[in-house]
Amino acid sequence: MFTNIGIRDRDFVRVIFEDQEIMVPQGHTVAAVLLAEGIRSCRETPVSGAPRGPYCMMGICFECLVVIDGEPNQQACMRHVREGMSIERQHGVAQIGPDANAAQDPAE
Amino acid sequence: MKSHYQLAIVGAGPAGMAAAAAAAECGATSVVFDEQPAPGGQIYRAVETPAAVDRAILGVDYWRGAELAKTLRDCGVDYVPGATVWQVSPTREIGVTVDGTAMLITADQVIVATGALERPFPVPGWTLPSVMTAGSAQVLLKSAALAADGAVFAGTGPLLYLVAWQYVQAGVAVKAVLDTTPISNYFRATRHLAGALRAPQYLMKGIRLLRGIKKAGVPLIRGVRDLRMRGDDAVSAVEYRRGHDWQRIEADQVFLHQGVVPNVNLSYSIGCRHTWNEAQLCWQATTDSWGESTVEGVAIAGDGAGINGALAAEYQGRIAALGALYRLGTIDADERARRAAPARAALAAERRIRPFLETLYRPPKYFRVPPDDQTVVCRCEEVDVAAIRKAVAVGCVGPNQLKSFSRCGMGPCQGRLCGLTVSELIADFTDLPVSEIGYYRLRPPIKPLLLAELAELQTPAASDR
Repeated sequence: MFTNIGIRDRDFVRVIFEDQEIMVPQGHTVAAVLLAEGIRSCRETPVSGAPRGPYCMMGICFECLVVIDGEPNQQACMRHVREGMSIERQHGVAQIGPDANAAQDPAE
Repeated sequence: MKSHYQLAIVGAGPAGMAAAAAAAECGATSVVFDEQPAPGGQIYRAVETPAAVDRAILGVDYWRGAELAKTLRDCGVDYVPGATVWQVSPTREIGVTVDGTAMLITADQVIVATGALERPFPVPGWTLPSVMTAGSAQVLLKSAALAADGAVFAGTGPLLYLVAWQYVQAGVAVKAVLDTTPISNYFRATRHLAGALRAPQYLMKGIRLLRGIKKAGVPLIRGVRDLRMRGDDAVSAVEYRRGHDWQRIEADQVFLHQGVVPNVNLSYSIGCRHTWNEAQLCWQATTDSWGESTVEGVAIAGDGAGINGALAAEYQGRIAALGALYRLGTIDADERARRAAPARAALAAERRIRPFLETLYRPPKYFRVPPDDQTVVCRCEEVDVAAIRKAVAVGCVGPNQLKSFSRCGMGPCQGRLCGLTVSELIADFTDLPVSEIGYYRLRPPIKPLLLAELAELQTPAASDR
């Protein structure tokens, strides 16, 4: 379990993690927020459904994929928190959103 | 941002920052693209705004990055943070996404300074949540002042001991350090001790770190030959073996590490020639004495061109920039040589320790070529050793063909977490040298890109030229 070892003065922002509001230090990545909240697994794999959590924290392993503001496949370790940001765990294969389906088919 | 630069630098770690400073001194129009929101790379991550109140926990070497970052900000080059470079073509057309907008720009010269990543550490259970890398522990410490109480560190290499030491400095309990350095490495490394003694600061640092870890009462268990992670939904224990019997340590957080290797995804995708470096057990771009790769106008500086450490990266960055400035016609050969001389001398001194470190911390074969059939090799597509063995048995001859057989290496990480293991596994199965097996053929985009971004591809406004 990750704990704060004494963080410098920072402003806090409010993020929404799966309907729960949490105040988090500005400058944190989404992955840091999840780990600090004790969220160990952030997604299940599309292949076997195995749970996965952040691994490299530097944007190379793509294990920490989450849904941010409704957008799937976001690297939690590369995205920084913003006021009002919505964060959700990702389950299995990312779904293509209704906006994408609504796009006009150029063949028509 | 402009639509064309004389010099484009990818990466704002020590190599990229030093290259930018050198280019600015000679007045070339330059741009630095970096994926992070602030300069420093991973080694000096968050150096301008470190998260922890107590500065002492990270050690003195870390703060050198602050000066480099300040120079980058002040030297007058265009520094673009939050920029993901997903393509550099052989004609130096650069595809980059900033704030969700994809753009194409061009450059006369490119310096790839994309640094290193941690070597894959494929052991049973390494995909379980809360099994992370030592580098990730350090990133969390530097950028978020977060540390995991009661973690186990396992593996080999300077970074493993450094992070464990930093935890100790921060007053965080470390449950154990499981050292996988083979005992035989210590004997082999003595051969290079003479060179290492000419860089005593590194030997002293190593001794200081290990002493600090032991003094804090952390069990340092040497000669670990076998490792496996246990747990259902996340790791709950580490099991290890030195001799015949398995030992068990309950732990809800594990950090693995067995050295760093060049991050070659960009240089490979440009088409630069790479060769197998047997001393460092990794793929490495072929470069000349000015860092120029086999693709004209594309240089590689820092750990991305072979592991030499943060200080060497700085000198290499400077040398590569001077090479680029010469090719641009900004400076002549005499000025290039004169300006590069101090960096060359410093680089040679920096490299003296490498043969010793490479021998001492050479990860053993049983942790690079996983012996257990069920060990996951490709984390993205969940391909295990057995599947690769089976593919080779029916005629798969190399990493690229393995993709068609198994999807191994075709996930979003683009082989970053499995590529080395795959090359070495196939070499082992076929009894051929790794250099003949080769690596994945990597193509742009080297980072995922939305079709919408491509559809709305921009070039910076002509007025900015």
